[in-house]
Amino acid sequence: MGHTIAEKIIAAHCGRDDVRPGEFVDVDLDLVMANDVTAPLAIREFRKLGVDRVWDRDKVVLVGSHFVPAKDIASAQNMKDMREFAREQEITHFFEPGKGGIEHALLPQEGIVAPGEIVLGADSHTNTYGAIQSLASGFGSTDCAIAMATGKTWLKVPPSIKAVFTGKRKAWVTGKDFILRLIGEIGVEGANYQAIEFHGEALRDLTIYERFTMANMTTEAQAKCGLFFVDEKTLEFVGPRVKRAFSSYEPDPDAAYARVVEIDVSGMEPQVAAPFLPSNVSDIADKAGIEIDQVFIGSCTNGWLPDIRTAAQIMRGRQVHPRVRAVVIPATQQIYVEALKEGLIEVFAEAGAAVAAGTCGPCLGGSLGVLAPGERAVSTSNRNFPGRMGHRSAEVYLTNPAMAATAAILGRIPSVEDAEALLHESVTA
Amino acid sequence: MNIQGRVWKYGDDIDTDVIIPARYLTLTDENELGKHCLEDLDPSFVSKVQPGDVILAGNLFGCGSSREHAPIALKGVGCAAVVARSFARIFLRNSINVGLPAIECPSAYDTAQEGDVLEIDLAAGTVTNTRTGAVHQSAPYPQFMLDVLDAGGLVPFTREKLAAERPGG
Ligand code: SF4
Repeated sequence: MGHTIAEKIIAAHCGRDDVRPGEFVDVDLDLVMANDVTAPLAIREFRKLGVDRVWDRDKVVLVGSHFVPAKDIASAQNMKDMREFAREQEITHFFEPGKGGIEHALLPQEGIVAPGEIVLGADSHTNTYGAIQSLASGFGSTDCAIAMATGKTWLKVPPSIKAVFTGKRKAWVTGKDFILRLIGEIGVEGANYQAIEFHGEALRDLTIYERFTMANMTTEAQAKCGLFFVDEKTLEFVGPRVKRAFSSYEPDPDAAYARVVEIDVSGMEPQVAAPFLPSNVSDIADKAGIEIDQVFIGSCTNGWLPDIRTAAQIMRGRQVHPRVRAVVIPATQQIYVEALKEGLIEVFAEAGAAVAAGTCGPCLGGSLGVLAPGERAVSTSNRNFPGRMGHRSAEVYLTNPAMAATAAILGRIPSVEDAEALLHESVTA
Repeated sequence: MNIQGRVWKYGDDIDTDVIIPARYLTLTDENELGKHCLEDLDPSFVSKVQPGDVILAGNLFGCGSSREHAPIALKGVGCAAVVARSFARIFLRNSINVGLPAIECPSAYDTAQEGDVLEIDLAAGTVTNTRTGAVHQSAPYPQFMLDVLDAGGLVPFTREKLAAERPGG
């Protein structure tokens, strides 16, 4: 019986030829990551271990991302705790606001994560790095503390779901729509304790950024990780960034899967996840016309440069609807700088959108666009649970960036026809 | 490591909010947390449960937020183990990390009644129902996880291990 990608990566990290789903193994980690919310707790547990130094100062990454620049005294204290620990431990990769960004865009951008490796992150969306076949997963603070001290963790080898995407997508349909459809299909617990392995020809023409979006949201199905194949697009992204040797894996033809889910993307429309579950998914046409109060374009899901470009293309020369606030946050400082050079920031500013950079902001209702009771938002982020972006009664609709930008201009959830009509206007105007 | 305990049986999808409601998250002491364990599901639970008892639950025990307070509260109230049809991923980890054995064993759940006594052999991975005599097999724990549980959790386990590895330690 053959092996899945997850089984092969895990076996390579515990010195075994063969591991099987359900087995518990002790693995060597390649990287441990925590952010300004989770690091302070992990540091407290670390202090109880009686060790002076982290296991490898180059392999512990600490990122200020959630409440940065500090929004209040508590978040300032958290950053201070993390900063002092980073200095004391001489951590190589410690990122202040203005110099880093949201961890899940930042680590791939900086070449800190690589294919074939195992990453323990104290944040549930650590799964993102699976787009470049890094077996990356979210953990609690105790696990993070131990990992910082030892460079090891224990894992239960996950069974894998084979998610096969076939067909050729239409215009306006993105990786975001693929993953929303998958979550709609298998549900928010559909991949509990399992890995998702992504297959199918429809994935080949996705950009690496769209793959990051998809791996990111495997978390919403409770997946332990979401792993892509390494192809020329992966290598094009990773090549100039990663300065060390790495391995990539393919599953064996006779690998065993817990389940195979096939999704034909040929006829697919852009998707939307309506409140209050990321699995509450339908064609966007079904929700078209619903009026909104806010649009958020950003987050570790869709704050990449191509996402920002797409939004700018739609908002260029237009005004955010009078009833709507739009918030645009490129996921990292570097993306922000590139967007600035391309003139995209000017587009948003002139359209009447508020622009920030390199922070989670409204995604978790933290700052920079928290929703009031009863308000309704369209967001390019990944979660729409009650209270996720503010008050419990506030509603969040999750879409791709083009649909979100169109919503900002029209003041309502758009259909594809709305978006096309909008772009057509600009050609004739 | 063997456990023998009386069963308290609950259903599916018991989330961490039910195991320890968010209003008690400011507490950190194991015994204090234990006083509120499962109170929104079964207010009499804390007065009925005896040290060494076992929780028997359905699918996805411990789903919801990843708070480590949940297994700590179960430990605090005296639970010796949780046996479930399945666990939410992060709960299972957190549970073992704080020193509370969590055993996935669907057939033990399906065939046991409240008040039955279960004998759990963690090394062998068996759950024996003393009333029916049935022996249910689950995946045995590997040695390092037995050692973690013996030490009372991952932090004490690692502290001891690191101290032993230190020169002269
Ligand atoms: S952008 Fe949102 S989902 Fe991503 S790390 Fe920040 S809070 Fe979490």
